[in-house]
Amino acid sequence: MALLAQYVVGGLAVGSLYALVALGIVLLYRTSRILNFAHGDLATFGTFIAFALISTAHWPFAAASAGSLLATALVGAAFFFLVIRPAKEATLLGKIVITLGLALILQGATAVFWGTDTKTMPFPLSDTKVYRLGEVVISQISLGSFAVGLVLMAGLYVLVQRTRVGLAMRAVSQDMVAAQVLGIPVRRIFALTWGLASALGAAAGILLAPVTLLDPYMMLDPFLKGFAAAVLGGIDSMPGAAVGGLLLGVVEALFGAYVSVKFKTTLAFLIIIAVLVIRPEGLLGREYKRRV
Amino acid sequence: MLDPAPLPDDVAALPSAPLLSVQDVSIAFGGIVALDDVSLQVPTGALISVIGPNGAGKTTLFNCITGLYRPDRGRIVFAGRSLAAAKPDRIARLGIARTFQNVELFLRMTTLENLLLGRHLHFRSGLLAAALGLPRWRREEVTHRARAEQILDFLDLQEARDRRVGDLPLGRQRLVELGRALATGPKLLLLDEPSSGMTAEEKADLVFRIKDIREEMEITVILVEHDLKLVMGISDWIAVLDHGVKIAQGNAAEVQANPEVIRAYLGEPDGTNG
Repeated sequence: MALLAQYVVGGLAVGSLYALVALGIVLLYRTSRILNFAHGDLATFGTFIAFALISTAHWPFAAASAGSLLATALVGAAFFFLVIRPAKEATLLGKIVITLGLALILQGATAVFWGTDTKTMPFPLSDTKVYRLGEVVISQISLGSFAVGLVLMAGLYVLVQRTRVGLAMRAVSQDMVAAQVLGIPVRRIFALTWGLASALGAAAGILLAPVTLLDPYMMLDPFLKGFAAAVLGGIDSMPGAAVGGLLLGVVEALFGAYVSVKFKTTLAFLIIIAVLVIRPEGLLGREYKRRV
Repeated sequence: MLDPAPLPDDVAALPSAPLLSVQDVSIAFGGIVALDDVSLQVPTGALISVIGPNGAGKTTLFNCITGLYRPDRGRIVFAGRSLAAAKPDRIARLGIARTFQNVELFLRMTTLENLLLGRHLHFRSGLLAAALGLPRWRREEVTHRARAEQILDFLDLQEARDRRVGDLPLGRQRLVELGRALATGPKLLLLDEPSSGMTAEEKADLVFRIKDIREEMEITVILVEHDLKLVMGISDWIAVLDHGVKIAQGNAAEVQANPEVIRAYLGEPDGTNG
């Protein structure tokens, strides 16, 4: 029983990071219907910026993280203004293919700037120092990233549900034309969404860096997991993304512990297939119902 | 007014420049001409109607005025400003609000939230002020909520206040959309078939409300309608579109007597909606 609880806690810690990745994907999808395949690479790029600020510019960790989030947000918003917006006549599929292009450009840029060899991110929390909750053990680093993940999710919830900007974002996602004729500057909202989603990715990347280590492909697996989590929770639902991420983390941990470690990653895709067959709108989504 | 011929387009006789001036506007989609040299002068404080059979170009005209379409030719001037290059959100800020023929509401939000989104363009304090709950932001929030409540009262929508708009019947949804347009505090209100989907009783109410909007709120109104009876009673004058061309303009009696109108519009078996 204690062992089970241990796996669940470990799963939740990883799952909160999947949830962060998923939230970035869902946030952008909800507003613009664009599935951003560059999300993982934006995150990697942001993580490397944090790494550079810490190791080269000797910024403190917190400042470097903030700088990284801001820089990644700017890259995301710039991508919207320079590429997605001018390509407004392109079909949705076309725009999604454009994000694949951005993914490759960012991956290349990261490799050129920082090389392809693996680096270690200086991180203020330790993975050897542990806390005990009854019989369950959790490392400082897991607890810290879980806590930060939850705080970011709560912050995002408040932003989207409780603020005027969030109201405008929801309006744009529900009916763009109506939002426009009410005077909501739709382009600025899109740019903001791109920036916010990219910054969320960078946050996830920084929190994952101590586990995955830094290389230009570090976010490939977490991106795919985040994507799976988004589909699981419902690609147009933010609470769904959070639930999907946590659930995927736990299921994966249990599967790895009791069934097979080798097929742990494959599991995420079995889940995607199962969800699409049984409940295409995901656990909390409503996309398909609405479009019937 | 005794002259049964349609009124001329030039409004030189008017004391001041019109609030909205549509000048020789044309737009085509593929090979289909949706608007062909349409002109319309709407004085401040007027309530005018645009009628015509389906596909006559009425909604296209609204889409051009609100910046959703860019006309191929012609000019649209609102309150002395050309709308040629303006984006829809900019035009909204200048004071033009509209409703849509196929209701465009935020269906997953409540009635109140929809109305508050109408107030969106009037918010002055930024995100920071809102996040910190600064007094300035609080005062703004209170003002906008008060305005939204007034509109809820005016349209008799209090019972729908906290209900999801998607759950309301169509007649109510049209009122919510009207309320949201009013919430923007417009100078000019474009109503696109506001009575369709309404019961006879709701239609009667709507007529009074449109009159109130014009007289008490002092908002200039352009009404696109199918229901001729509704239009005849309240419009200063009526413009008739057919296949993108303005074929007549005048008061109710003049329009009804116009042979072109009879042929193009009244002659159509399903065109009049009773």
